[in-house]
Amino acid sequence: MPAAGVAALIGLADDHLILGHRLSEWCGHAPMLEEDLAMPNIALDLIGQARALYSYAGDLEGAGRDEDALAFGRMERAYRNLLICELPNGDFAQTMLRQFYFASFMQLFWQEAERSSDATLAAIAAKAVKEAQYHRRHCAEWVIRLGDGTDESARRMAEAMALLAPYTGEFFIADPEACGAVEAGIWPDTQALQPAWQADVEQVFAAAKLVPPASVYAQKGGRSGLHTEAMGHLLAQLQFMQRSFPDMTW
Amino acid sequence: MVTLQARRAWEAAAAVLDPEVPAVTVADLGILRAVDIDDQGRAVAQVTPTYSGCPAVLAIELAIEAALRQAGFDPVIERVLAPAWTTDWITEEGREKLRAYGIAPPVAGSSSKRALFGEITVACPRCAARDTSKLSEFGSTACKAQYRCNACHEPFDYFKCI
Repeated sequence: MPAAGVAALIGLADDHLILGHRLSEWCGHAPMLEEDLAMPNIALDLIGQARALYSYAGDLEGAGRDEDALAFGRMERAYRNLLICELPNGDFAQTMLRQFYFASFMQLFWQEAERSSDATLAAIAAKAVKEAQYHRRHCAEWVIRLGDGTDESARRMAEAMALLAPYTGEFFIADPEACGAVEAGIWPDTQALQPAWQADVEQVFAAAKLVPPASVYAQKGGRSGLHTEAMGHLLAQLQFMQRSFPDMTW
Repeated sequence: MVTLQARRAWEAAAAVLDPEVPAVTVADLGILRAVDIDDQGRAVAQVTPTYSGCPAVLAIELAIEAALRQAGFDPVIERVLAPAWTTDWITEEGREKLRAYGIAPPVAGSSSKRALFGEITVACPRCAARDTSKLSEFGSTACKAQYRCNACHEPFDYFKCI
């Protein structure tokens, strides 16, 4: 039975764990109660998706690593997440724009993965695609509300875009760990998703009266374990309990 | 006699209430997919999560396991992902129970074709008025959104459609 590569699955799981962790930092700090519910809810979905992917990767690997070992027991360079997932939250505009970029991409990714010849990946995708759609819609509404809002909210959205746009190119760089799997119909061809993603975000930016930068240099390195300065600090918090009390359980 | 045993096991497991919405059972919600007796005589319950990150999944699995054990079975819980759960798995009876409990059941049909800002009409579970407005897309649990009735002014939960 065809199966996705362990490293590619771990990279995808890392995207979801790290971004889910970042979003969870908003819990209790959001600008309003509704968003204080929304962001941890989205974070829960992302971490749930990460758990399914880690568990599957651990089973395929067959080396006895479970979801906890993979989530909490690796060094920084072993994490393969996209850089955009680990960036600090910044203000609410920055968090919403990052989530919109990611959810729009993941919606397209999961739609393709639903047709994977790897039955487990297809099953995870069939679940996740509906969640990504919901996240995308919620975040798109905020991008429009803030972009086409007050001078202050529009300025913040424009600043967020200038900061984050360079990190979106990494979505579409083929993961070297997934190359064979793309040809075998197991893994989505991420490069091929770019036009649809571009069209989706541009339609929302047009409604938001936001002008995306014409062309930007793509920041990359996450899939090779080369992270930004923010990653070590994030892991210090994420891994604290397991590092202090290895193999602890509740 | 296996089929009779399987039916008994199903009835025991199907009576388990959802921990977060205790008005409906796991069978009403369509989370409990099947219960079969395997060749070793164990009761194998197939359970599917609603949302990937639903924190109640483990509690639900433990409750089903306990219910089967109490009914005299040797339980095995199998988590299944495919076919993915959608709100269409909620039974007609489950939808009525949700409404009676004060939670508007999901509007029938998939949400996937709904465009940006696409609005749906959610009827108030208390007075049945269709003039309601959305307060928040996310609610107290992963599966709910918050609405308010503009007729009777009651806020209510909506079991959101995915």
